Amino acid sequence: MVSYILRRVLSTLPVMGIVALFVFSLLYIAPGDPAAVIAGDQASPADVERIRQGLGLDRPFLIQFGTWLWHILHGDLGTSIFTNLPVSAMIAQRIEPTFSLMAITLVLTILVAVPLGVAAAWKAGSWIDRTIMAFAVFAFSLPVFVVGYVLAYVFALQFEWLPVQGYTPLARGFWPWLQNLILPALALGTVYIALIARITRASMLEVLQQDYVRTARAKGLGQRNILFVHALKNAAVPIVTVIGIGIALLIGGAVVTESVFAIPGLGRLTIDAILRRDYPVIQGIVLLFSFLYVLVNLMVDVTYTLVDPRIRY
Amino acid sequence: MDRRTVLKGLAGVGSLAATGGLSMPAHSQGAAARTLRFVPQANLANFDPIWGTQYVVRNAAALVWDTLYGLDATLQPQRQMVESEEVSDDGLVWTFRLRPGLKFHDGEPVLSKDVVASLARWSARDPMGLMLKAIQNELTAVDDRTFKWALKAPYPKMLLALGKNSTPCAFIMPERIAQTDPFKQIPEYIGSGPMKFAKGEWVPGAKAVFEKFADYTPRQEKTSWLAGGKQMLVDRIEWVVIPDAATAAAALQNGEVDWWESPITDLVPSLKKNRNINVDIADPLGNIGSFRMNHLHPPFNDVKVRRAVLAALSQEDYMRALVGDDTALWKPLPGFFTPDTPLYTEEGGEILKGKRDLAMAKKLLAESGYSGQPVTCVVAQDQPITKAQGDVTADLLKQMGMNVDFVATDWGTVGSRRAQKTPPGQGGWGMFHTWHAGADCVNPAVYNAVRGTGDKAWFGWPTSAAVEKEVTAWFDAKNLDEEKAAVKRLNKAAMEDVVYAPTGFFLSYTAWRKDVSGIAKGPLPFFWGVSKTA
Repeated sequence: MVSYILRRVLSTLPVMGIVALFVFSLLYIAPGDPAAVIAGDQASPADVERIRQGLGLDRPFLIQFGTWLWHILHGDLGTSIFTNLPVSAMIAQRIEPTFSLMAITLVLTILVAVPLGVAAAWKAGSWIDRTIMAFAVFAFSLPVFVVGYVLAYVFALQFEWLPVQGYTPLARGFWPWLQNLILPALALGTVYIALIARITRASMLEVLQQDYVRTARAKGLGQRNILFVHALKNAAVPIVTVIGIGIALLIGGAVVTESVFAIPGLGRLTIDAILRRDYPVIQGIVLLFSFLYVLVNLMVDVTYTLVDPRIRY
Repeated sequence: MDRRTVLKGLAGVGSLAATGGLSMPAHSQGAAARTLRFVPQANLANFDPIWGTQYVVRNAAALVWDTLYGLDATLQPQRQMVESEEVSDDGLVWTFRLRPGLKFHDGEPVLSKDVVASLARWSARDPMGLMLKAIQNELTAVDDRTFKWALKAPYPKMLLALGKNSTPCAFIMPERIAQTDPFKQIPEYIGSGPMKFAKGEWVPGAKAVFEKFADYTPRQEKTSWLAGGKQMLVDRIEWVVIPDAATAAAALQNGEVDWWESPITDLVPSLKKNRNINVDIADPLGNIGSFRMNHLHPPFNDVKVRRAVLAALSQEDYMRALVGDDTALWKPLPGFFTPDTPLYTEEGGEILKGKRDLAMAKKLLAESGYSGQPVTCVVAQDQPITKAQGDVTADLLKQMGMNVDFVATDWGTVGSRRAQKTPPGQGGWGMFHTWHAGADCVNPAVYNAVRGTGDKAWFGWPTSAAVEKEVTAWFDAKNLDEEKAAVKRLNKAAMEDVVYAPTGFFLSYTAWRKDVSGIAKGPLPFFWGVSKTA
């Protein structure tokens, strides 16, 4: 298992390199010029060109890519064109809000969605099942920003329980940290709760029809024992897969959520960097996200072996 | 249902809830009384006001760096860091003396050598600075508080150049920082202005913090825009970047922020209904909407085609697309200069007045020999102002019988594409939309878009000898009457050559909580004199 994990981690390096080259090339051929953004609307073409030269953007593609790759290999993600700050520092500054949002969303999703899915499967065909599935269909259809605005209206503007926007670092206390994340996590989590509840239900229904479950019932095992010890464990592989995919999708969802709730995370940093053509920042974030994506896939694979002993690598 | 509809609806409901008597949350009260939380118009992505010339950078820089002169509300430059100035009888030598006691945020005194280095850097980037540099004999420090600018030719607009608020302003930095290449970013943010920049708290894209500079000595005069005594009445200013307009509105209603610089027009009615919020016009100098036609390539290289477009366009259509039905926010602009300022004129603007004449436009178009070639209309969709104007123009051109190639993209792309001089089919363009701050359109010195210097002109590259002749006449003018006469002729020439198409004059709102007072109307947010009671 250890050698498998090591191999998987090492295999991420070429993947990340290919992704980086792809992104670098895309940015290079895409229209848009950071120098024009920096110079502002009133600048002359000569000003824009001088800024381009100052940033080294007039150099050939291969030299720019080679320089960037050289720095990456030396652990240097480069310097932001706009802020003049190291990209690694900018990412470090933004990683806590995004990871906090993703963690809270994930915990919330699992705590709510899995029991809902199990309950729906257990009471398949009943009003409980229909209600849960109706909620799932409805929630799955709602855009994140709509849920976000509704939550902000109800819990921030109406009841004044929670703030509308912003982020407080965990270092300043658990509750201040959490209160800024509840609404965004609910907004971001709604669609995943719906998705995972549906998958859990489908997977559980399949398992509940298996012979061993019938045997367990015949032996007189309690319903809770059957559901959570025997059935859920065997239904877990597709659920874990969807949760894994969900984590990757959360990165995308975080972009919208962070904008709506003004959370200074990686999602907003990405959007800002793309709009400004801040190439080093975009490349740094893409590298990080590629690594995360591979890491999540690895964790999912490893989790398979824990929940299903028949799976071996 | 689209995103905009949702946010309008929810913000409206939110406002009703607030007017219904709900109390404000606790986090708007108490400890934050000496901290002003401000939502700027855009993200402060960099902080070198000479290298990057965006308005938001200028606005933040005005807190941190002081200027030698400052423009007041009558558009006159007044002494700020300067105690006195002298100009020789022939107008060639300007001698300035700094007022005593000026200090930088690192505790060092402000010396003439700092000013000289700062002006040298500024003059490499600023249009008026470039003019000064072109006629400069020497710029030298005479002693610690005196510096001299010797010229080869008189430059009557010297004080305006040093005090103007159009970007880049002539901000004064320590010599070691000001010696940075003007096309590269400065490494430190040390100024002598009333607030210090808390670099350690800066989260670009999210937050910028300014702290009161205890050693700042304001002038004793009454404050007026960038002139007079810059008295800071709060200890700390936090710029909170909120990219989503509905969230910014909710944060203001909720008391999480105190002042929102630029609420979008859609949300203003709901903000006005909130009893805790003031809404007022932000800047009486407003903005001038515009689209620029490319004078280098067909069809707009033919003045008949450009005039055809002017004859057909309805400024009301553009303004309603920009600001909605609030007629207090806009007016027609049959000219190029900012309304209600000394040089405003409508001379030659008849083509933009009266009933729109589509038939005449089609006739002019036919006379030009236009044969249906595509007009590449490049529109930045991420900028609501340019998007709204672009939609109106596309419809207008179609009505005129033109073949529109509508390129919907983002501002970063427009910014690079508009610099291309190649024909539209080879990566160039036919027209793009933008707007100009009214503060930058009050005279020809700061007004790039109206110039007609051909290859050296602003994007679109109009050539107009008649315009340039009157720009020179304005610079040489000895009094306001001569300036007005020159600008009248300039306006007429610019309209005849259609250097660009003005789409109207529009204002915007600013909104703040009622426990904040002292907010002045002006071309940028002025924080001096602003206090907070809660």
